[in-house]
Amino acid sequence: MSIVELERSSAARSRLRIIDCDIHPAMTAWTEVHPYLAEQWIDHLSVYGSHLRHAFSEALSHPRMSPDAARVDAYPEEGGPPGSSLELMRTQHLDPNGVETGMLIPLRWNPGSQRNLDFGVALTQAMNTWQVERWVKNEPRLRASVLIAQEDTGASVAEIDARAGDPNFMQILVLPKTDEPFGRRRYWPIFEAAVRSNLPIAIHVGGTNGHPSTGGGWASYYMEEHHTVAETMQAILTSLVFEGVFERFPQLRVVIMEGGLGWIPSLTARMDKHWSRLRSEVPHLKRPPSEYIREQVWFTTQPMEEPGTAAQLIDLFDRIGWDRLLFSTDYPHWDFDDPRYAFRANLSEAQRDQILYRNAQAFYGLP
Amino acid sequence: MADGEMANAERPARYAGAIDCDLHPAVPAMSVLLPYLDEYWREMVSVRALDRLNLALTSYPQNAPLSCRPDWKPADGQKPGASLPAMQEHVLDRYQQRFGILNCLYGAQVMHSEDMAAVFCRATNDWIRDEWLSRDPRLRASIVIAAHNTELAVAEIERRADDMRFVQVLMLVSGEVTLGRRQLWPIYRLAEKLGLPIGVHAGSAYRYAPTAVGWPSYFVEDYVSQSAAFENQLQSMISEGVFAKFPGLKVVAIESGLTWLSGFAWRADKTWKGVRAEVPWVTRAPSEIVREHVRFTVQPIDAADEAAAILRLIDHLQSDELFLFSTDYPHWQFDGDAALPDGLSASLLRKIVSDNALATYPRLMKADRAMEIAV
Amino acid sequence: MARHVVATVDDIPPGQRMLVKVGGREIGIFNVGGEYFAVSNRCPHEGASLCKGRIVGLVESSEPGSYQFSRRGELLRCPWHGWEFDLRTGKSWCEPDRTKVRSFDLKVESGGALVEGELQAETFPVVIEKQYVVLEV
Repeated sequence: MSIVELERSSAARSRLRIIDCDIHPAMTAWTEVHPYLAEQWIDHLSVYGSHLRHAFSEALSHPRMSPDAARVDAYPEEGGPPGSSLELMRTQHLDPNGVETGMLIPLRWNPGSQRNLDFGVALTQAMNTWQVERWVKNEPRLRASVLIAQEDTGASVAEIDARAGDPNFMQILVLPKTDEPFGRRRYWPIFEAAVRSNLPIAIHVGGTNGHPSTGGGWASYYMEEHHTVAETMQAILTSLVFEGVFERFPQLRVVIMEGGLGWIPSLTARMDKHWSRLRSEVPHLKRPPSEYIREQVWFTTQPMEEPGTAAQLIDLFDRIGWDRLLFSTDYPHWDFDDPRYAFRANLSEAQRDQILYRNAQAFYGLP
Repeated sequence: MADGEMANAERPARYAGAIDCDLHPAVPAMSVLLPYLDEYWREMVSVRALDRLNLALTSYPQNAPLSCRPDWKPADGQKPGASLPAMQEHVLDRYQQRFGILNCLYGAQVMHSEDMAAVFCRATNDWIRDEWLSRDPRLRASIVIAAHNTELAVAEIERRADDMRFVQVLMLVSGEVTLGRRQLWPIYRLAEKLGLPIGVHAGSAYRYAPTAVGWPSYFVEDYVSQSAAFENQLQSMISEGVFAKFPGLKVVAIESGLTWLSGFAWRADKTWKGVRAEVPWVTRAPSEIVREHVRFTVQPIDAADEAAAILRLIDHLQSDELFLFSTDYPHWQFDGDAALPDGLSASLLRKIVSDNALATYPRLMKADRAMEIAV
Repeated sequence: MARHVVATVDDIPPGQRMLVKVGGREIGIFNVGGEYFAVSNRCPHEGASLCKGRIVGLVESSEPGSYQFSRRGELLRCPWHGWEFDLRTGKSWCEPDRTKVRSFDLKVESGGALVEGELQAETFPVVIEKQYVVLEV
């Protein structure tokens, strides 16, 4: 392929300012993480590698429609996968899209899904340090997330406490496919630590836990599997509500990432409706589910919904609550949302600024 | 009576002529099925004390509030839904229903042993025919099958083909394989040929954790997760090409919650545009496929403002032909006579209460004609 | 419309493409088996650089499980969300049937028109004059 690249006009971009709540950094080579891993784990990583609850040790169970699940135009010229080049991230995304702050969400190796708990814990510690050394220190606009291996709650709490005072870290990161629904009591020490350290918990799509894609079996196609991630987020939210996590930890804040938005009003209403009939089963809930969600849960916007009319999108935002929405691009993944064009409705300047910037500014306590 | 009941004596007249697309008759005890079993199975029931098994489904704990509205519990202590006179009094007569479709949820459908499951499903259908369909000419029924052996399921459907009072094939939303899978296609092929919609009903065989994030602690979580189960299984049927392969097939989502449909349609359409090449037999947007092939019984409606919810769904899906009246009797989804909310126009009411079901279930009217011819 | 000489035929061999800028707009010129087509570099969906996407063939299906492959090299997949555009016409392969929008007896007013026009990439006439590729914009 020979493409003659010409300079792009950046006039339209200058007015944009955003906080991007979902950026995926990648490693140019696995060895990048070695400086932060003990010798034992460097060996283990190369000899045994990932050990997950599915057939492939490295590949995703359902291959995506594009390599690395990424935008085809996000490959650095010098080599390496999309998201591995800070320079390209700057020129392709941070600069032209007015990103003032970007939250890093590393997904490599699914440390929280590793069956070998000690290995998973070691990976989380290493990747947390990697985020700071490789990214945050070199680019003041970026911030890190505290990865935890949630199945080892003791180690998770230790890692949260270790990073708690470090301003480079803005949140704790968990993938929703945990061994048991994440609201279950065995995970509560993690919520305790989150509240103690005043860090929100970000739950970003992904993970492998050995449970099928659906309650009725495995998805065959990527078209199906891509849909099941929304249901996964619904299940996690349901668990957090009905287990009483929000009741027990009123200071806890959770952001649901990349789960889509269209299901939020209907699921919330469903929870309220059936809670009112079945509340004797869950007496620890003192309030309707919708109240907990309204106060303690936020949602990133990507992938943005595309209803039939602009009015339907506005109606959706009205029903979710405009203050609940945190803009995200998912750079460099294929279903990237461009901040200029993702909204199929005429938002006012104030509404745009709220979603693109002010909500996240408040949520993360940014200046 | 419950607090929410409207004292308005005219209320039930709104439903006159209704086709109730979700009624749950209960098998009072396995003993009622014995006359329909052969010698071997009768002996097995006795020797293994199978009739002492409580086959209550985890999906519907017997005494949970959802499972039976308090004023619908039969006065004589029978199981909720086990009494035809009670069903007649509570809904069939009260709402002057024209037809009522029986969806029997019984543990036989989910037994692991395929032969046992098939034999008991057959006996259940026989019992429904004799003790329900033959006692009230308004009644129609779904054919109960154990979907995990397709051959036996097909045989059971074939067995009911000529009895026009059987109008639908009943499957649970969460079974052993996703509902679009090709191994289930013989069921769909025959159903299409016979004019039987596939009634996909809330509930699970619990072959796996009900959610992709594992086993929730509480029944309320399981029940809430049903709407997501419908999303997943509908997506499976669309992606696998069930509607491409069987263009005459209709699917009815029963007791699904309804309002999830908007988010489903938006996401499914958006995804399809980018992944079309993976599933090239999906030649139309998923929402178009839904509009043509899928219908939804109304109760429960997951919304505080039910009328607004229905109107919003019609706007989002661009169709008023999707919704089918149902009481979900005896499940407790509404109080008093509020099976449908106020605020719907007369023409919309008529569609939901009657016309949409007549268009969905071609066999509904044929039973009357068949009986006339027989006489 | 103005005519612009943007390249020579040797610049864009079969199967290849070139991105040019004409009158402030970025346009991709594609050589499909000796025929030239020009498409705006802006995906109508969300503004991605459309012309950086993979050039693919067309897959259709007569029934589930069967794949009929044709028109090798004549479609363009958007590098972001993967929408397929026919290089000859600019049309998205997912353009839905134009079903009628019915009006209903609604209590709640629906607002806004259907989003239209997002399913077609803008195309431009290309002619070859001697060894020159000429674009009309």
